[in-house]
Amino acid sequence: MRVIVPVLTVLAVIVALWYAACIPMNVKGVLTEAERAGAEVNPPGAKDRRDLGAFGLVLGNSFAIPATWEQARPRLPAPHQVANELWNTTVMKKITSKRSLVYHGWVTLSATLLGFAIGTGLGILLAVGIVYSRVMDMSVMPWAIVSQTIPIIALAPMIIVVLYSIGVQGIIPKAIISAYLSFFPVVVGMVKGLRSPDAMQLDLLRTYYASSAQGFWKLRLPSSMPYLFTSLKIGIAASLVGAIVGELPTGAVAGLGARLLAGSYYGQTVQIWSALFAAAILAATLVAILSVIEQRVLKRMGMA
Amino acid sequence: MTFSRTNITALIAGLLGVAAISTFGENKIEIITILMCWAVLWFANVKLAHSGWKHARWLAPLLFGATLLLLWELTVAFFDVPLVILPAPSLIAMRFVQSIDILWQDFVQTILKGGLSGYIIGCGAAFLTAVLVDRFDFLRRGLLPVGNFMAALPIVGTAPILVMWYGFNWQSKAAVVVVMVFFPVLVNTVAGLRETSAMQRDLMSTYAANYWQSFFKLRLPAAMPFVFNGLKIATTLALVGAIVAEFFGSPTVGMGFRISTSVGQLALDMVWAEIVVAALAGSAFYGVVAMAEKAVTFWHPSQREK
Repeated sequence: MRVIVPVLTVLAVIVALWYAACIPMNVKGVLTEAERAGAEVNPPGAKDRRDLGAFGLVLGNSFAIPATWEQARPRLPAPHQVANELWNTTVMKKITSKRSLVYHGWVTLSATLLGFAIGTGLGILLAVGIVYSRVMDMSVMPWAIVSQTIPIIALAPMIIVVLYSIGVQGIIPKAIISAYLSFFPVVVGMVKGLRSPDAMQLDLLRTYYASSAQGFWKLRLPSSMPYLFTSLKIGIAASLVGAIVGELPTGAVAGLGARLLAGSYYGQTVQIWSALFAAAILAATLVAILSVIEQRVLKRMGMA
Repeated sequence: MTFSRTNITALIAGLLGVAAISTFGENKIEIITILMCWAVLWFANVKLAHSGWKHARWLAPLLFGATLLLLWELTVAFFDVPLVILPAPSLIAMRFVQSIDILWQDFVQTILKGGLSGYIIGCGAAFLTAVLVDRFDFLRRGLLPVGNFMAALPIVGTAPILVMWYGFNWQSKAAVVVVMVFFPVLVNTVAGLRETSAMQRDLMSTYAANYWQSFFKLRLPAAMPFVFNGLKIATTLALVGAIVAEFFGSPTVGMGFRISTSVGQLALDMVWAEIVVAALAGSAFYGVVAMAEKAVTFWHPSQREK
């Protein structure tokens, strides 16, 4: 209760603000349509209205307020329009339909998961290499850290086109972008995690005459788990962004990014917002799944 | 231990070499040259890393970077890799020098106008919101889960909407950056403002300090490591937002615009030159924030021990 009531209040305030913002954002379009339909508008003529502020128009034409929440192509769709569109394009459509968000979401999700698996696997391997080899630590680790400060996503359009020109297309290029976005957070987090046992614990293993491999499996790997899960959660969110951005430059026909792009070409704002919410729900679900796994695993290991 | 590991490395390199030679039979000499270069430079790096020399800490990564560049250059030169797949580093460097004017204009448009203004507005707004949220416990309990949730979302997807609202010029890019940097900075600042212990707060109240005195003298300084953590995360996000927003529409200048049109023209040397600019700008931006952090949080253990 301590959390739910404030969160619901904040969400209610956000929805209320959203509805309120729809009025000034959409009023000009509504008035133009109303005038075409023959209604009395104050002042008449789209030209005269252009220079007026949105709030003045709302005050002068209060009859138009309900219509700002019902436009077909509003500048800012109202929450219930987005919810409607989401409902219609997920539950009401067959999932094989090209207009179903489940279909587009699956296209993006499959690239995300494939990329995430590749990126995480390679990231963990590189982290192990860095922890066990002084040369790799000194020469590779600084680059892994620097790469975090680079807007690496700028590479995305090029990767798509280059892979296309050598005949690779479909899910693989998007998965590669996803993979390298999730790669570096995992490397950095995992190196931190594998180094987290302190000198006393390492010494204890040495007094047990434990081999290097035993030290890895029994001490370093288990104690890196909290760090691993933290970076996995960052990594999967980054993977999803990568898959979405990977759909932008080539004008892909399927996927959430393609829905965003098509919506922005044709001014279908409701479509953009519903794709955006679908992506948000997808991201939240993926992170939530990882959190549940994290809790289970850490509890099992006696760490949480 | 070191000796055996070097042996294993050599063995793997040798096997790879044999495999490569048997695949590209006609290019034996080129392959051997590339592998030799790799082996020699890697060996030098091993020596350097184990030498214990004080400059090794920054020389080793440089040598590794130079090794990669050299191998890249050699591979492109020996196998005539076409420009549309991978331009050689030397070609990219030439393109960079020749197009420095265009690159500078793109840099000003995307980074300075779009990225930096959005960064300042977004971080400022997030900071003020955080102070407000911290003042009222109800707001904190309500907004923080929402903020945490928002920070994990693919916010870059708002770019087409904001481009539609604010037009094609840099204002829309700044708006995308504002939305992107807001939540990480908010969440980190709120966490930081709660960092003081009850004992420290009690001490302030025994001094009869009012809310703002204890805020400026105790809680704000204590929050600074967290604030800077958020600011550092936000630097990368700002550049990502400014560049990706240009994919949805831009004037005929800007880094995102140049990347997407150059990819369309298969002028990959230009794309790489822009990526170099993005990398330099990103590291410099991060570096400036990290230096400011060092100056402000000089008292923090993580800054002192170095």
